Amino acid sequence: MTADAKHAPTPYLRLFDVTKRFGDFIALKDISLEIYEGEFVCFLGPSGCGKTTLLRAIAGLDIQTSGTVEQNGQDVSALPPYERDFGIVFQSYALFPNLTVAKNVAYGLENRKIAKRDVRQRVAELLQLVGLPDQGDKYPRQLSGGQQQRIALARAIATSPGLLLLDEPLSALDAKVRVHLRHEVKQLQRRLGITTVMVTHDQEEALTMADRIVVMNQGVIEQIGTPEDIYRKPSTSFVADFIGTMNFVAGTAVGPDRVRCGDNVLACETSDMREGDVVTVAVRPEDIVLREGVSESEENVFSVRIDAMEFLGSYVRADLALEARGDQILRADLSINLVRRMQIAEGDERFVNIPKERIRVYQGTVNRDV
Amino acid sequence: MLAIGAFLVVCVLLPLYSMLSKSFENADGDFIGLANYADYFSTPALFLSAINSLYVSVTASVIVLVTAFVYGYALTRSCMPFKWFFKLVALVPLLTPSLLSGISLVYWFGKQGVAKELLFGELIYGPIGIIIGSAYWVFPHALMIVITALTITDARLYEAATALRTGTLRTFFTITLPGCKYGLISAGFVTFTLIFTDFGVPKVIGGNYNVLATDIYKQVIGQQNFEMGAVVSMILLLPAVLAFTVDRVVQKKQVALLSAQAVPYRPKPKRKRDLCMLVFCSIVAALILLMIGMAQYAALITFWPYNLEFTLANYDFDLANGGGWDSYFNSIRMALYTAAFGTVIIFFGAYLVEKGRRFIAGRSIFHAIAMLPLAVPGMVLGLSYIFFFNNPSNPFNFIYGTMAILVVATITHFYTVSHLTAVTALKQMDAEFESVGASLKAPFYRTFARVTVPVCMPAALDISMYLFLNAMTTVSAVVFIYSSDTTLASVAVLNMDDQGEIAFAAAMAMMIAYTCAGARILHALLTRSIMRTTQAWRTS
Ligand SMILES: Nc1ncnc2c1ncn2[C@@H]1O[C@H](COP(=O)(O)OP(=O)(O)OP(=O)(O)O)[C@@H](O)[C@H]1O
Ligand SMILES: [Mg+2]
Repeated sequence: MTADAKHAPTPYLRLFDVTKRFGDFIALKDISLEIYEGEFVCFLGPSGCGKTTLLRAIAGLDIQTSGTVEQNGQDVSALPPYERDFGIVFQSYALFPNLTVAKNVAYGLENRKIAKRDVRQRVAELLQLVGLPDQGDKYPRQLSGGQQQRIALARAIATSPGLLLLDEPLSALDAKVRVHLRHEVKQLQRRLGITTVMVTHDQEEALTMADRIVVMNQGVIEQIGTPEDIYRKPSTSFVADFIGTMNFVAGTAVGPDRVRCGDNVLACETSDMREGDVVTVAVRPEDIVLREGVSESEENVFSVRIDAMEFLGSYVRADLALEARGDQILRADLSINLVRRMQIAEGDERFVNIPKERIRVYQGTVNRDV
Repeated sequence: MLAIGAFLVVCVLLPLYSMLSKSFENADGDFIGLANYADYFSTPALFLSAINSLYVSVTASVIVLVTAFVYGYALTRSCMPFKWFFKLVALVPLLTPSLLSGISLVYWFGKQGVAKELLFGELIYGPIGIIIGSAYWVFPHALMIVITALTITDARLYEAATALRTGTLRTFFTITLPGCKYGLISAGFVTFTLIFTDFGVPKVIGGNYNVLATDIYKQVIGQQNFEMGAVVSMILLLPAVLAFTVDRVVQKKQVALLSAQAVPYRPKPKRKRDLCMLVFCSIVAALILLMIGMAQYAALITFWPYNLEFTLANYDFDLANGGGWDSYFNSIRMALYTAAFGTVIIFFGAYLVEKGRRFIAGRSIFHAIAMLPLAVPGMVLGLSYIFFFNNPSNPFNFIYGTMAILVVATITHFYTVSHLTAVTALKQMDAEFESVGASLKAPFYRTFARVTVPVCMPAALDISMYLFLNAMTTVSAVVFIYSSDTTLASVAVLNMDDQGEIAFAAAMAMMIAYTCAGARILHALLTRSIMRTTQAWRTS
């Protein structure tokens, strides 16, 4: 499915200028966002950036201070949660401890006057769906964390809601189970075709699961895009820094598509920057290419000294000192094959190339708090 | 929310306010500023009572604190045998009104007491009696706090100390004592407040030794001087509020000491220490049993000390002047109402405080008011109820003199501890139950009934038990507001003793003790069966 085909003309969920205040504190500021039917969207951002607050506003659990929420063409901004159409799963599972697994899953069904037999059948179906067909008579406490989370998921989708909301559903689980469930949740979502919003602060989770990612920071949206977009073309330096590993080098724009960093001049797309602007150049470690015997006259080729090498299994992370400026270190990921073939060792002097199209340039300087 | 908030305002704040204003008025209701207070402080006899109150409270607190600490230490940190027995015995005083210890002391050390020689000529009627009697009935209160404090220590601290070859004594002073420092301080303040504001013991055994609580009683009941009663109440309220405030601050710190990963301490056997502990606990337990045992004996004796034949005649309360069987049944009714309504009201209040998401200010104000009753002595509360509810222009005036006002006063008097129990139980539940319920389109009351209530059932049972026991035994909160139709067993004990019908008083006090013991057993059985039937999910 291409992105365009998926984006049906009217979005399923539409937020417009949603703002949420707690006293003087602004937790969300003018959030506007469209989510399409069947999409899996992740809210990603550092702790305290407002992801949960936004999710709760969508659910109506904590109604926004101003702005509108439209679901399925209907303005639900002021509706209480029980008049909206969604299922929700929390990090803590929030399974009712005194009800059996089957009763937990049936909880929502029993509120809608469905015949007992049909309820039982639907519960069996759902337990099958989440891969726990024989656990209906147990109490939540008798299940493992991962199993509990699947039950919470079954409970949330039992009534076939139009929208599934997940607030860090996997972060209470240990790493192995998390990776496994990640896959399962995604599969399930595909199969049911249910529009899903998931909150997470784990970028790997977002990158692997989402159709689109909404990166948030301090109550505003920094970027919305596909995982690939977000990774390849972070539109702000915050996103560039937050997602994956990134090298930042301070520089000055010195002409159209030219940036000077220390003694080197880089060719890169400077879009609307003007000569003399202070800029930051960003490049990912895997985009730095080690060259075998090339002259320095080629575009974006520099001589570097290999300062340190860290063996990380299938690749090596190397610290490269740009010779001209000894204090500027670039991180580069080099495949283990390449390292063997070229017999690279610490202290070597080599040439590297940074492809023009892989370089991002941001206005101003970047403060990293790491 | 508003209804329960209003309940607290009407039952706590407004009565206290009316008492405060009363203390600035003369008998005709005119405002006379601080004149009553000036009067008070220039009457040496009245002022002396304050000193007396302080003296007995401090002395008894120190005794109780030391005893409770060693006793609690033996229960938590030693391997002495029969711990279950000692735990059980220590709780016995909770089953009886504080008056009972006074009565028992009269039989032991009174003018015709069996063991009065032990006092070497001193009289039991006075500070000695008050101190011993008070120590008896506040002991379990102090013990429970001390045990909690001793239980939460991290075993790894001791392992570290052993690894560093720290001596036993040094370990005790550098780890054990600091570890339960806040618990001890808290226990000290609770003990002090309980004794300082208690009325039963000094009334029965105090003789001519006046303390603040008996002064209020005399001013109000004896001299009908309500204004002076209000003044003394304010003076009684002051240290109680102070102690309460310190205690709250201290308890916050205690909680902060707890880390989630603490490893519970398991004592290892040590012959000499365990033996010493066993001896000590046996002595304390024996004293407790002697105290209640004497009351039981007194209840069964024909005419002390001349006719020691056993009889049940003392249980024929309808022959007594101080009160009949009616008062006993009134007490049971009152305690049942208090337990039933109190649990519901308190639980709803705690639910709103804990689970509400709006009105943050309103909820924290509510919580603060719910803390207040703990600081208000029963007598002060009772007196303020006269001022507030006996006022004909008060719309709630109609409950004055009925069972309802007794129930309201008792619920209010014991509100705080129950409220905290309920809040703790609610805090242990996942915060998102209501959100999940709403997303599944279940109305909030359905989630409340199907999940919240069942999960909190054990806590609710504990609260109702606590309310029942206290309603059965309390004297101070109700002594001013009962009417001739609503006499109570605990008040009957007081009045019988006042009339010299001390054997009847002992028998009635024992009736209360049997009832409370029965209620406790019932509670234990009920809790057990509920645990088995509806709480199966807890185990495993
Ligand atoms: N009820 C509240 N009252 C006051 N401030 C709040 C409240 N709820 C959230 N906040 C504040 O709003 C901000 C956003 O909170 P939110 O829970 O949405 O963060 P989050 O992005 O989900 O973070 P995390 O990853 O830690 O869950 C935080 O700074 C938080 O302190
Ligand atoms: Mg969150």
